[in-house]
Amino acid sequence: MRYLPKSPAERTEMLREIGASTIDDLFSTIPEEYRLSRDLNIPRQMGESEIVDHFKDAAAHNAAGYASFLGAGVYRHYRPVIIDSLVQRGEFLTSYTPYQAEITQGTLQAIFEFQTMICELTGMDIANASMYDGSTGAAEAAMMAVRVTGCDAIIVARTVHPEYREVMETYAQHQGHSASEVGYGPDGRIDLAALEAAVTDKTAGVLVQSPNFFGVVEDIPAIAEIVHKKGALLIVSIAEAVSLGIVRPPVEADIVSLEAQSFGVAPSYGGPFCGVLAAKEKYLRQMPGRLVGETKDKDGRRGFVLTLSTREQHIRREKATSNICTNQALVALMATIFMTVYGKEGIKDLAVQNLAKAHYAAKTLSENGKLLFAASPRFNEFVLETGEAPEQFNARLLDNKIIGGVPLRKWYPELGNATLWCATELTTKEQIDQAATVLAEAPVAASAK
Amino acid sequence: MATTEKPFVGTPRKVTEHLTQNEKLSFEISSPGKKAYKLPPLDVPEVDPSELLGEAARENTGTLPELSEIEIIRHFTRLSTWNYAIDLGMYPLGSCTMKYNPRVNELVSRLEGIAEAHPYQPESLSQGSLQIVKLLQDCLIEITGMDTITLQPAAGAHGEFTGILLARAYHNSKGNPRKNIIIPDSAHGTNPATAAVCGYQVINLKSNAQGGIDVAALEQLVNEDTAALMLTNPSTIGVFENQIHKIADILHAKGALLYMDGANMNALCGKTRPGDFGVDVMHLNLHKTFSTPHGGGGPGSGPVACKKILEPFLPIPVVEEGSDGQLHWNYDRPESVGRVRAFYGNFGMFVRALAYTLANGPDGLRQTTEDAVLNANYLRKKLEDVYDLPYNTPSMHEVVFSDRRQVKNGIKTGDLAKRLIDYGFHPYTTSFPLIVPGALMIEPTESESREELDLFVDAMRQIAREAEENPELILNAPHSTRVSRLDETTAARKPVLRWKGHPASTPLTPDNSPAKEW
Repeated sequence: MRYLPKSPAERTEMLREIGASTIDDLFSTIPEEYRLSRDLNIPRQMGESEIVDHFKDAAAHNAAGYASFLGAGVYRHYRPVIIDSLVQRGEFLTSYTPYQAEITQGTLQAIFEFQTMICELTGMDIANASMYDGSTGAAEAAMMAVRVTGCDAIIVARTVHPEYREVMETYAQHQGHSASEVGYGPDGRIDLAALEAAVTDKTAGVLVQSPNFFGVVEDIPAIAEIVHKKGALLIVSIAEAVSLGIVRPPVEADIVSLEAQSFGVAPSYGGPFCGVLAAKEKYLRQMPGRLVGETKDKDGRRGFVLTLSTREQHIRREKATSNICTNQALVALMATIFMTVYGKEGIKDLAVQNLAKAHYAAKTLSENGKLLFAASPRFNEFVLETGEAPEQFNARLLDNKIIGGVPLRKWYPELGNATLWCATELTTKEQIDQAATVLAEAPVAASAK
Repeated sequence: MATTEKPFVGTPRKVTEHLTQNEKLSFEISSPGKKAYKLPPLDVPEVDPSELLGEAARENTGTLPELSEIEIIRHFTRLSTWNYAIDLGMYPLGSCTMKYNPRVNELVSRLEGIAEAHPYQPESLSQGSLQIVKLLQDCLIEITGMDTITLQPAAGAHGEFTGILLARAYHNSKGNPRKNIIIPDSAHGTNPATAAVCGYQVINLKSNAQGGIDVAALEQLVNEDTAALMLTNPSTIGVFENQIHKIADILHAKGALLYMDGANMNALCGKTRPGDFGVDVMHLNLHKTFSTPHGGGGPGSGPVACKKILEPFLPIPVVEEGSDGQLHWNYDRPESVGRVRAFYGNFGMFVRALAYTLANGPDGLRQTTEDAVLNANYLRKKLEDVYDLPYNTPSMHEVVFSDRRQVKNGIKTGDLAKRLIDYGFHPYTTSFPLIVPGALMIEPTESESREELDLFVDAMRQIAREAEENPELILNAPHSTRVSRLDETTAARKPVLRWKGHPASTPLTPDNSPAKEW
């Protein structure tokens, strides 16, 4: 086996030095009836070229060469080449969690830069070193609000990503939290009156997403006022990180749960991504996950360490703020490099291009349907209502090598034929125009309905 | 020791000191107007953000660095050189399984059709991804001897969470969720933290004199309130629980389940299967046993395998083969515990783990396990005369010593670990498991050659001698790193968790101090 650095003679010699006659002597503590005396029934050992071919074949059975209008929590953005060059350096790729600070300053300083940039972009005071993803980050943020307030009711907007809401429900169900949902108004934003009626002094936190699942930017100041009046915390989930280049950060929030996939991370069929929690400084002790802090060595040189670990499971065990251990460090590094490449001006330029593309796409595609929530501010996604069922026009789009919008009926039956579309800086005018042409080819019967 | 004699100073044979570049924070080398990006010209009409977004428009993007591409390459390359890594040498962290991360894994995970796959693209255009999921599932089911599996959990602790939710749902279906989870005192901290997150009381089980499960004590603790025992096997001292069938029987007799923390699965692949020795539910760490890179702390992936009785409760969605021969996601599972993560899990890690499994095949996996166990036993044999071995039960893939002999000279496990850095090695795991005071937990993995192991033995033996003859040297270690021991107390007491300053590069002022001698 080519990964194993030992010759047969070395193995024999090492066994002799140990005082064992065969390798199975070293497995003698396994009761005999449980020892596997056959080969595992898995594919045979392959040569490297066969492995590459195996996955090339798999890749060929996925979509290739399609234009795509899919977003809904996973966004196609251009990924600068140097991200992959840098994260494939073995010193980053094959390093462990930086518990031994003296020989992991590289990872530690990069995380410190990540925490700083996340604070700057979200308008929060502190940020952790990452969470698994946006969905589990949202669930952890809700648990954090429960710890901070001592209350146990969580309110979630129905405009939050449906899969995030499902994850939150899974997390909440056995912790005695009550979770309820507040619907949206005709503007595609959380129904403020319903929210006001729902928030009580028993409410620990309210979680909204902005831009929300419909791509609509929520009115964070107005929401914050309602939430804070009752002493609850406002948690803002952000699934499209690039929006922060042009959308006002949720500075009124107490906790921000960000999914940073848009910052240089491939869609990769849904993961690995990079969640991160940011918050007001006063909630520091209730923050889950790893934190990197600046300090000095005994000669006064600046250095970085993992800190405040008394919140974490390896110290506090069942009293920890979370059970999280491994996070998404390398993906956070990708996001850090992405933010450094685009920088102060680039993140804005990039966001504005997204805004322009989505605006054009919404305008062009809605010639064959109705743009829902049209008067509300949006970033790079929009909801289109059509007379024709999405299954029909999406099939036609696929014939033209275009993947159309995500049908919303599954999660929002009241929206009927509505679909969620996304356009990023990678979407071309040509693709948008072509999609509009295909949409316009609706069979007469369906469009007349 | 006579005063004229010089104290012993060991000789690192694996490393030579060399220069590394200094590098400030990216913010500190920034200059307004520098750019590392170039967007193509906009092919649609320009828009006015303040008109489209109104009050929701952002005025200022805050303090982000402004740098050119070469500076960013140098910045992160310089930082990278401050890290130790498996690619540089042995990384003997016990319980972490720091093995070689094959590069073909990285290549195949970046193939366009795989990396660009969107989770919501039609299933007909996702068959490649689904085949990867299905084949990895089938391999892991066979390797563990379980009946079914979910790949959704994002890491080991997330897998524990999912596994305990399955146990809870199972008990619920029998009438009530039960009240507590029994956890040995040798367990990883994630185990009790997980039980708490799942709404269970933790009952601590003291280990027996051999560091294993005290079967008699367990028998007394298990009753109708017990939901499960969370067991790590081999245990965190690297010992196989040879009473495992009895442990399983005790639990099953009271309707409780046996959960196995699969952190140490690298000791078992191809040699024995948890499903065969009575485990009901377990998680795997693809970033340990199946070679996906640790990446400085993640991403991981923590699949959960279980027996048929738990199958109805698996998180949604589950992959299924339709009558048309196509693979589909099935969301219609009324008894499911729900969803534990958006989409389908850390798919990119599935690709890597499958590439590793295919590179090994059945013979490779078995040889890997044998080599991992051989290496640990070799280290044990070569070091047991200088370091205290608190439990002399046979070791599997890792060996746990204690600092009992060195502590007499004021040297603790953490100090020995820091000195190991000067010898060119990453330290072993210190102070864990908690049942061994002053533990040195060493897991070499299969990825080390005899030469590297011998260098490690040489370093550990020299350090043992330094502990006797020159303890100061160890107490002040490391001596060869960019920074010496860092002030962790101040870091925690007055946390500085982000950079605050004005982003700008500063001109270098002339240094008029006398010339330094090299």
